[in-house]
Amino acid sequence: MTSSHILTGRYFMNGDHACAEGAIAAGCRFFGGYPITPSTEIAEHLSSRMPQIGGVYIQMEDEMGSMATVLGASAAGARAMTATSGPGFSLMMENIGLAAMMEIPCLVVNVQRGSPSTGLPTLPGQADVMQARWGSHGDYGVVAYAPWSPQEFFDLTVHSFNVADRYRIPVLLLADEVVGHMVERVEIPEADKIPHWGRKRPIGSKKEFKPFEAIDDDLVPPLAHAGEGYRLHFTGLTHDERGYPDMSADTHQVLVSRLVEKINRNPKDLIRTETFHLEGARIVVIAFGSTARSARRAVRVARERGLPVGFLRLISIWPFPEQLIRELAQDVDAFVMAEMNLGQMIREVERHVEQPVLGVNHAGGAMLAPEPILEAIEKVANNGSTSSR
Amino acid sequence: MVQPLLVEEHPLDGLIRADRMPHIWCPGCGIGIVMRCYAQAIINSGIDIEKHVVVSGIGCSGRVAGYMNIDSYHTTHGRGIPFAVGLKLANPELCVTVFSGDGDLAAIGGNHLIHAARRNIDITVICANNFNYGMTGGQMGPTTPYGALSTTSVYGCPEHPFNLVNLLAAAGANFVSRWTTIHVRQVIDDVLYAFNKPGFSFIEVLAPCPIGFGKSNDLEQGVDETLLYRERCVHEPDTALDKLGIDLREDQPIYVGRFVDREAPAYQPIRLEVEK
Repeated sequence: MTSSHILTGRYFMNGDHACAEGAIAAGCRFFGGYPITPSTEIAEHLSSRMPQIGGVYIQMEDEMGSMATVLGASAAGARAMTATSGPGFSLMMENIGLAAMMEIPCLVVNVQRGSPSTGLPTLPGQADVMQARWGSHGDYGVVAYAPWSPQEFFDLTVHSFNVADRYRIPVLLLADEVVGHMVERVEIPEADKIPHWGRKRPIGSKKEFKPFEAIDDDLVPPLAHAGEGYRLHFTGLTHDERGYPDMSADTHQVLVSRLVEKINRNPKDLIRTETFHLEGARIVVIAFGSTARSARRAVRVARERGLPVGFLRLISIWPFPEQLIRELAQDVDAFVMAEMNLGQMIREVERHVEQPVLGVNHAGGAMLAPEPILEAIEKVANNGSTSSR
Repeated sequence: MVQPLLVEEHPLDGLIRADRMPHIWCPGCGIGIVMRCYAQAIINSGIDIEKHVVVSGIGCSGRVAGYMNIDSYHTTHGRGIPFAVGLKLANPELCVTVFSGDGDLAAIGGNHLIHAARRNIDITVICANNFNYGMTGGQMGPTTPYGALSTTSVYGCPEHPFNLVNLLAAAGANFVSRWTTIHVRQVIDDVLYAFNKPGFSFIEVLAPCPIGFGKSNDLEQGVDETLLYRERCVHEPDTALDKLGIDLREDQPIYVGRFVDREAPAYQPIRLEVEK
């Protein structure tokens, strides 16, 4: 990576541009995408920046093609990404599954808008979180992050590339329109302060190399690239360690279990959360993305009013920090889950706790304000409703 | 007594994954012939075998990626071309070939086909055209002749097929040719030519599919369709592009040859500065 391409400094920048600069800082040199509101500024910015740094910007004919070309570029050794929003995210699901099955690293940014369907193109939503988890058919582990600021959009873009390479997976970055279009201070660190985890690369004989043999405890096989002399075979079919198709239930069980287990087994690298005001908290508010900004405000006001409330911000949506939730549940009476959808992540919280979980929801189109979250906190604190919706 | 002729090695052995044999193709299928031409062109090319990459989509022809002993990617249905575009743009040293079928390339992948040709991306596409979806048991597709029978056109195909040569020419490909599985030398020559030709190259090879297509359309054996090619193929490269439609059932010529060979600039990503 050439450090001069990293625009170290302090900027006033929108989230989409911060994501694009994060990608460049992470060494991404290939963007294949299709413009879609509210992610378009990522494509625009990279179309101007990639030619300056020897990278590739290619605007594809649709999102199926975008996702496929990103996988091709990554298979040839490039750090590669695309950016989209709900309708395009739906179209990408096919090859997100291929990325999971072929174990080809890449970054897919979804700047969420009001949905379903064409929905509210210019307005925010957080209703794609379950699609991110289950959108492509079949079982596979998923890693998805949700930034709450342009700065974090930059930071998580870098981190997502690292995770993608380290675990040979497509990483999903679920921003929302508020974070994508919000302009805030963004600090781009010096090149040597930008974390870089490389791909695990094959060692030893090229002839003996098996591209899907997980020799290490982390269950991640080393990744060889096209053109390096390994005579690779990659397929979306169920395959053995050589990559050869094998239509047997046994091979399928081994392969698919590994695709799930390699994510489950490595929570330390993957799960990220942030907590505020947990001391003495009897109520914990949970939120992510732009909604977390309102939630933090609500928690601050509630604390000022003497209510024993704390705050958990999910930075990783997937894997869901279930261990942490169970630990918190030992000391608290209730949870409040705020999200810009009609109740998706609340199911994950409910799965892991006995206490009541009160949802604060909005279908999307406008940021959840602090007030309804504050009302929910007060309701729970006054031991009012314990209904969960 | 006749001594059996023992051959220890075939010149293409190194390019075929013997441990994947037997292949899935039916007796009389033409795809293996096209794959053999591709393999021969790789040998003849003199390009380092390690730099050859084959990409396919889904279907019988898509299995070629699994049988060739080179870097090979068997992708999702229709997406071979955009995957290949990514490989080529990320590493321009690679000699990238998409080997797939008519249904994969022209139906579900049709949008990628025309746009890669429009951009004139420097890859080679070999299309084994057998006029139907063979792997799923013989359904009609975008190249099935009007009126032809298939398992989803039991009253005759009600749609008009693509004239792929005309489509690719209009879309902007630099090189477009059509042959059949009896034109082995020409296919090898054209694949080899396409490797070295900048821009998008498309080689259509008509291939018998006696099980999926032939048996319902009076071409019960692979050899029947092969004989039909021999009787009806006409090498007239100057034929107007819009006259190149194929109707196997009517007694009309099947035009073969190199129909487009032009020098439009190949796609290049914009570079303001070359990274050191």
